[in-house]
Amino acid sequence: MRDKLPPEPPGSEVTPEKLYLRRRELIKNAGLFAGTAAVVGGGLYLLGMKRTRPMDGFVPDAGAVAQPVAPAQGAFDTSEPRTSYEDITTYNNFYEFGLDKNDPARRAHTLKTRPWTVVIDGEVHKPRTVDVDQLISSFPLEERVYRMRCVEAWSMVIPWLGVPLGKLLEQVQPTSFAKYVAFTTLEDPEQMPGQKSPVLDWPYVEGLRLDEALHPLTLLATGLYGKQLPAQNGAPLRLVVPWKYGFKGIKSIVRISLTREQPRTTWNLANGREYGFYANVNPAVDHPRWSQASERRIGDSGRRPTLPFNGYAEQVADLYRGMDLKRDF
Amino acid sequence: MASKQPWLNPAVALGGLAPLVQLAVQGAQGQLGANGIEFALNQTGLFALAMLLASLACTPVRLVFGWTWPARIRRTLGLLAFAYAGAHFLTYAVLDQGVDVRAMVEDVVTRPFITVGFTAFLLLVPLALTSTNRQVRRLGFPRWQRLHRLAYVAAVLGVVHFVWRVKKDVTEPALYGAVLALLLAVRVGEAVRKRRALAAQRTA
Repeated sequence: MRDKLPPEPPGSEVTPEKLYLRRRELIKNAGLFAGTAAVVGGGLYLLGMKRTRPMDGFVPDAGAVAQPVAPAQGAFDTSEPRTSYEDITTYNNFYEFGLDKNDPARRAHTLKTRPWTVVIDGEVHKPRTVDVDQLISSFPLEERVYRMRCVEAWSMVIPWLGVPLGKLLEQVQPTSFAKYVAFTTLEDPEQMPGQKSPVLDWPYVEGLRLDEALHPLTLLATGLYGKQLPAQNGAPLRLVVPWKYGFKGIKSIVRISLTREQPRTTWNLANGREYGFYANVNPAVDHPRWSQASERRIGDSGRRPTLPFNGYAEQVADLYRGMDLKRDF
Repeated sequence: MASKQPWLNPAVALGGLAPLVQLAVQGAQGQLGANGIEFALNQTGLFALAMLLASLACTPVRLVFGWTWPARIRRTLGLLAFAYAGAHFLTYAVLDQGVDVRAMVEDVVTRPFITVGFTAFLLLVPLALTSTNRQVRRLGFPRWQRLHRLAYVAAVLGVVHFVWRVKKDVTEPALYGAVLALLLAVRVGEAVRKRRALAAQRTA
């Protein structure tokens, strides 16, 4: 029994001596190979992390409450496919919450959108300081499906919910001196951490000529997709001017002032050569650094031509008759 | 050359290409977010610049810290930079512009932001083509070396392209510009030091 040794493994299974002697070196090299590859790949990953990337598992605004909707008028609505709720609520600019386009969705939860007071003042006969819900409740909400064209050459189709700004202005009765409307966003770096960085001159200010503000397309939005506006999209109250570049659509408005002078608007002050006061969508006037002739529709592949006034020329071109839109861009 | 640390170059290549493969796979599945093309452009452009700066750091790192191993991965880093620059250009030309040659020519000719980026990419082409040992021998090392100083020009143009791309906040591109300036300063300092030493030798 004792002289019965276990069978020897076949020669094919025996590690060659040369390799056997190098086994530690091989294991070490394999480790160093994996480690180095991980460091290089991980380094690139970290460098790229800051940039706009998909939001894994993000559920936008799960607690949104539905608002009553008056049947859509239809006259101004586009029948183009609507951009998904997820894309609209996770990809946008709202520098008050950071510079990347997914920053608003990740960080806007610090914004307290209720209670919210809006001041309407300036050249009006009936100035008001009013709670936003009270302000809106006096008008029927309308759904408007508008194209949205960003100055960065991407676009969306968004079913907004809101009130035509003109109706509200009628109520406060502009004086005969009123020529412009200035809008101001909340300034509160605690709620809007992006305001701690001096990247723009806070608070954000936008403006319209009074006739632009009174145009039936111009909307004060309180919702989208039949739900209350999520904070990242400018809750509780934002401007929507579909024939102008998106940055005109000021968000989280606390003040609406009628003025005699043209308001000094944020992006125009930041870089007047690149961002005009009018900022009408115009494929013939390029941004100094990139073309405005075409746009990328979010959700589509490739590009599509950009239309004058974002496709609303029929409704708004008259507002600018006699103006040189290359000069007053 | 391959005897010492045989794992080094394959590891750098694998780690360096992994994000590109991931981009391609996720892009094909439409998992790059709302604006996937913009995301791919941002990532490939950033990685091209990062790899180019890494390749340019090899010599300064040797001069300052005395490390010699980075020189052994310089070619791999340079080729990775070229791969990302190529992917960046192809994303722009094919996915973004849909190979609309007229629009692209107009872009390159009339928009400094694109002119600069395109020039940087073109400068990398001869460098990638002459990256083999055979090409180094064919050109002779001094000439090859002079040609490959174009990498610095490409990096400067890359940083300018990056600065002009951002809408407002130039912090991130400025950071890459600062790294590049530092690397250039080390090289210029070394050149001055060498020249002085040579002059001193001559007068002695």
